[in-house]
Amino acid sequence: MKLDGKVPAGPLAEKWTKYRSTIPLVAPNNKRRIDIIVVGSGLAGASAAATLGELGYNVKCFTFHDSPRRAHSIAAQGGINAAKNYRNDGDSVYRLFYDTIKGGDYRSREGNVHRLAEVSTSIIDQAVAQGVPFAREYGGLLDNRSFGGVQVSRTFYARGQTGQQLLIGAYQSLSRQISLGSVEMFNRHEMIDLVKVDGKARGIIARNLLTGELERHAAHTVVLATGGYGNVFYLSTNAMMCNVTAAWRSVRRGAYMANPCFTQIHPTCIPQSGEYQSKLTLMSESLRNDGRVWVPKNQEDAKAIREGRKTALDIPEDQRDYFLERRYPAFGNLVPRDVASRAAKVACDEGLGVAPTGLAVFLDFSAAIERYGKSKAHATGLHDVSADKIRELGEAVVEEKYGNLFEMYEKITGENPYKLPMKIYPAVHYTMGGLWVDYNLMTNVPGLFAAGECNFSDHGANRLGASALMQGLADGYFVLPYTIGTFLADDIRTPRIDPNGPEFMKAEQETRDRIQQLMSVGGKQSVESFHRRLGKIMWDYCGMSRNADGLKTARKMIRELRAEFYQDVFVPGSANDFNPELEKALRVADFLEMGELMILDALDRQESCGGHFREEYQTPEGEALRDDANFAYVSAWEYKGWEEEPELHKEELVFENVELKTRSYK
Amino acid sequence: MKLTLKVWRQKDGQAKGKLETYVLDDVNSHMSFLEMLDVLNEQLIAKREEPIAFEHDCREGICGTCSLVINGQPHGPMQKTTTCQLHMRHFNDGDTIVIEPYRAVAFPVLKDLVVDRAALDRIIQAGGFVSVSTGQAQDANAIPVEKDQASHAFDAAACIGCGACIAACPNSSAMLFTSAKVSHLALLPQGKVEAKRRVLNMVKQMDLEGFGNCSNITACEAECPKGISVENIARMNREYLSASFTSEEL
Repeated sequence: MKLDGKVPAGPLAEKWTKYRSTIPLVAPNNKRRIDIIVVGSGLAGASAAATLGELGYNVKCFTFHDSPRRAHSIAAQGGINAAKNYRNDGDSVYRLFYDTIKGGDYRSREGNVHRLAEVSTSIIDQAVAQGVPFAREYGGLLDNRSFGGVQVSRTFYARGQTGQQLLIGAYQSLSRQISLGSVEMFNRHEMIDLVKVDGKARGIIARNLLTGELERHAAHTVVLATGGYGNVFYLSTNAMMCNVTAAWRSVRRGAYMANPCFTQIHPTCIPQSGEYQSKLTLMSESLRNDGRVWVPKNQEDAKAIREGRKTALDIPEDQRDYFLERRYPAFGNLVPRDVASRAAKVACDEGLGVAPTGLAVFLDFSAAIERYGKSKAHATGLHDVSADKIRELGEAVVEEKYGNLFEMYEKITGENPYKLPMKIYPAVHYTMGGLWVDYNLMTNVPGLFAAGECNFSDHGANRLGASALMQGLADGYFVLPYTIGTFLADDIRTPRIDPNGPEFMKAEQETRDRIQQLMSVGGKQSVESFHRRLGKIMWDYCGMSRNADGLKTARKMIRELRAEFYQDVFVPGSANDFNPELEKALRVADFLEMGELMILDALDRQESCGGHFREEYQTPEGEALRDDANFAYVSAWEYKGWEEEPELHKEELVFENVELKTRSYK
Repeated sequence: MKLTLKVWRQKDGQAKGKLETYVLDDVNSHMSFLEMLDVLNEQLIAKREEPIAFEHDCREGICGTCSLVINGQPHGPMQKTTTCQLHMRHFNDGDTIVIEPYRAVAFPVLKDLVVDRAALDRIIQAGGFVSVSTGQAQDANAIPVEKDQASHAFDAAACIGCGACIAACPNSSAMLFTSAKVSHLALLPQGKVEAKRRVLNMVKQMDLEGFGNCSNITACEAECPKGISVENIARMNREYLSASFTSEEL
């Protein structure tokens, strides 16, 4: 089947505006008769559910959390991009579009990305109107900062808690619709299957996590906003419960999974400290505005630091290698995430790592503290002040900018980052891949839409910082509420879908059987132990760098692990009860399948681009070597069955407006 | 280090609960408190016992899912720290740690250490929002907001909805939670328009949910992992009084 992205024709800058005016509408009296299921209540899900509710549809919104306010969007720290050009520094919709296409290493659709850049400005307006307390300047207007891969300041922020504030904004709008009765909220409900009727997505099977009961929910259309699959790596910056189940179950029902190998490894995370560790913690990219990344120049010093005989402060300036500034003078510490992560890995592979595990580099704020201290002293009329006083003033400025991040770092590591540089190492953070969707955000399954991180649409092979919040909210507030009309306009005469129809009963029974299968294995190993082993395979062979041999080995290992899982897993408790271990088991079972697909995709893509680095394809300087002649496509995988090879469909990427260049940040 | 844990076990909302004792021999001081519980759960699973149910998600101190009353204190002994950010280095070898669920009438226990905090959502649904639909907004810079004012609003908006304030209060009052949202929105020009209606409706819902009254003990502020100030309660009281006298809806 040829995949059609359905990007409208016409000049890039006019596509969305023109198209939006031609999308079929659903009249208000008909909206009242149409049911929509939204799965997920993060930025994309909450904004979509709230907006669809405002428009007059009957919305049912599902979250596995105890409240819609807990979704992992809340943990985003640094900010949200928008082409407002409030700084007058040359930003524009086109520039945001171009930066995003380039940052994504030319593996995303021009039309989608331009639309994202266009609606970015409305998101900021909407959020401010909701009462999101963005950072402001003394004049009362909004402040901005810079993020990686970009040479303008277009990132809006709310201290280090931007995701929290934007999610609470969306949650408040959702709460308003719940109170008005247009959205019915289902907390502690997890979607575990998709139900299709006559080939169209018409409902879901959800498990009530409190009672264990399986419920059939029907609607005219289903919107997935269920986040990314980074937890396939076990250790990631994702929250503990983030999972791929809703998306993967949809793949098993015919939806295509696109670019699954595109995973973002974030350069600035707190390094792993022990085997018992359950998750990794991100230190916001915004820190790279002021932090300088370095390792000692020679291995002796690095070894001394690892063994605790020296600290960072013992290494003189001329013995430090500020490797990002050295390798990428034009962008310095603000190179994109994939580039920064790989450079840190290279430094550690050369034996220059600074944590006992050998896996960490420094992120140093002393230069910024001194610079801010001097500026503050000057501004407050202090002259001839001591170096200590300057540090003190500087630390206060840094605290104002990043206080909560520094606090979090100290809580986790027990070290004071104002005095000693932070130690950081890359970790899995975001997945650019996801369900294949067309320009309307509809998957290849009619009536099944995907928004936010769970679709593949806008970030290509690498996402720029502060663009996840932008995309989640763009999809939910400003794209999906329009484009859903393309499907629903033909459905206004379709009566309420019956949740007792044969397709629903069959899907429920299949789910029940699947749960029973897991409960009845009665093996010896915990779900967690399987997840940890899967994560290690994925990280070792399909992480920051990949090669064909390793990937083939990993595929074999995963298949064996999966077989072992179904023979030896132990799920305690009962299926008809509140049972977090069963929840985990269902998720890990799906990760075990998704992991294999990621490996297949990584094998297929014989080029290096963005977050996907194949060792066989690099320049002599160790930079990613893209192959536009053969791989300028979106890979979309069709599930064929338990032991069958999935089928690859390709959507060729057409670039009419940007010239494909080697991505350089030098 | 070696620790003795006394953990509240309760099969479900109807069952009677009790403290069970568990001994952990080899706790690493770099572990977080929840990782310590993970280790205990792995041991229980290995013994084919049912693991302890507790809620958690982001483990970064921001989602508000984790809770627990640790040695009598919600989120444990460290100030401005959620349970997930609490590390074992703050405990000593040989310690006995008592772990209980939040206790409040409006927070019924669901299982072990898990309670139902849906009442907090209903308080927000009663008015904790600005009634602006998508697409209605004007340009973001159209209304300047004084920096300090925005900063105060932010301080109130930093609430993570974890419910520690209620667990800390002898009256199980939800005044800190409710006032944080009332303050956040009342301090901003965007939220002022419906401020009266908001405070009246939210306080009404708070009372309906069965939360107690505030008697100025301020344990809520002391235990709040985000340092939400009781000044917000004063502000809410003022907003409430003035709304009560001037609102035409009454």
